[in-house]
Amino acid sequence: MAAVTALNETPGASVGRPSGMQVRRRRRLNVFRYIIFTVFGLFFAVPLLAMARFSLEGAKLGTWSLTAWRDIASFQNSGIPPLISSIEITLELALITCVIILVLLVPTMIWIRLRVQWLARTMEILCLLPLTIPSIVLVVGLGPIYNKIQHYSLSSLMLFWIYVILALPYAYRALTAGINAIDVTTLSEAARSLGASWFTVMVRVIAPNMRQAILNALLLTSALVLGEFTIAYLLLYNNLQEELYSISRTTPNAGVIFSTSFAALLFGFVLLLILSFVGRRRRGRG
Amino acid sequence: MTAAATTEAGARPLRAGRRPSSLPGVPSWLGTVPFLAYVAVFLLWPTGIVVVDSLKNPTGAWAFSNITELGNPLVRGYFIGSFKLSLLSAVAGAVLGAILAYAIASGNPDGVVRRLYLAASGVLAQFGGVTLAFAFLVTIGPVGLLFHASWYYDFPWGIGLIYTYFQIPLMVLVFLPAIDGLKVQWREASENLGASAWQYWRYVGGPLLMPAFLGALLLLFANALSSFATIIAWENQIAYIVPQQISTALSSEVGLSNVNVADLLALGMVIMVAIVMTGYALLQRRTARWLR
Repeated sequence: MAAVTALNETPGASVGRPSGMQVRRRRRLNVFRYIIFTVFGLFFAVPLLAMARFSLEGAKLGTWSLTAWRDIASFQNSGIPPLISSIEITLELALITCVIILVLLVPTMIWIRLRVQWLARTMEILCLLPLTIPSIVLVVGLGPIYNKIQHYSLSSLMLFWIYVILALPYAYRALTAGINAIDVTTLSEAARSLGASWFTVMVRVIAPNMRQAILNALLLTSALVLGEFTIAYLLLYNNLQEELYSISRTTPNAGVIFSTSFAALLFGFVLLLILSFVGRRRRGRG
Repeated sequence: MTAAATTEAGARPLRAGRRPSSLPGVPSWLGTVPFLAYVAVFLLWPTGIVVVDSLKNPTGAWAFSNITELGNPLVRGYFIGSFKLSLLSAVAGAVLGAILAYAIASGNPDGVVRRLYLAASGVLAQFGGVTLAFAFLVTIGPVGLLFHASWYYDFPWGIGLIYTYFQIPLMVLVFLPAIDGLKVQWREASENLGASAWQYWRYVGGPLLMPAFLGALLLLFANALSSFATIIAWENQIAYIVPQQISTALSSEVGLSNVNVADLLALGMVIMVAIVMTGYALLQRRTARWLR
């Protein structure tokens, strides 16, 4: 982000230079750019459009119908839970994971910044570690642990324990940016000298000042949970992606998997739009 | 110097005032215990289980000779498959992504195109999973709307193409800051000294970007290595890569005799990813030197 803002002026300056040589080179560059944008744009758009078109396919090939979209609410295959229940459970998982990230990671990061600086490096390594351990590897090791959890509860909601770990690197990086942007020490010293408790310092002084970073962290966490497949599938739990996969195995080319996939993608896109919107408003104020 | 002294002086009374309210005798690191305990149980313990179990036989006795099973032709085949697919999709994604990143960087930094491509890259880099396989299935697969590619189910070409769909956006996100970091002054300096565009890229831009490019390439490689959802939705009958075989081994403990197969394959993956990520960290450090 810093690199982007810092370089805002430079290319603009080069545009204004009036030299024949430069203009010709600039024009050639623009042609090259538009070709690139078109080719890549098509490469990215066509599969999405194909999926959208397929979700609107009627009973007969080449006809249009909204059936697949209406089916999202009612679809059920024998032997697996109804589609809508797996959507619900995935949204609940996203919510629970966000809450845990909020109460576990945010206070710990602030606390380490304020009082236990010597743990900062350890914290960073621990938080970024999940990036280097593929989730398929985690599943192998989690088997015995989840055997114990399944002893108490078979609900797919139990997946949140590990989703928190998967979300750590993304949440950590978002939150670090937020903490670095404000003067945590001065804020907390000011609040403390006015008699605030540590709880007040965190909840009412520091957290509101890094609102955007916290929101970023939560949106990234939700996006991750909505798209997670590997762990749910291998631990034999049911979530949205696992459900879509099971449906595709039993009824290949069922329109409903395309409508649901497309809806999930749109939802992810909306999350990201919120993120960029909030970010821009914040930047405008500062 | 003066500033430091002032802060010190200003901090002293605060610290005196702070003491009574934080519980006396309780070390402040205790506040981090819940987090550390959580990470220990759900991250460190499972990783430890993988490492320890891969060195044991099913009866629980130590068997360090398991490691040699990684050289078993069958096992080696999966690792070679993983390597092929990761290399193909990483190289294709890195080269194409770098070109796209350059096209984005050379435009208006506040332009619509840049915003659009950055936002889309953010979404699409995460858009792996089973849905991606579905999207390509209806584009070029057997029921494709665009055309029916006969090589759709070929390994690694068909799945490699699908992987580039999330590798290119990831490359854009990772590599764009490096291209943005090339100062216009460097270009102007070389032009003033009479360098052609080719000479600029050959002797100035290229060497500067090389560590960043290689670092991003390694990141893409690791990204492909650990992907599982897309390939299982693409083809779930034949195992080509390590994660698929881990999945098979988890559901049925057949295959190599006397070895905790899944654990051993997982250990192999950890080693592979660790090597790649170490290289990435080293290259990243070199890039950071001129990037700020």
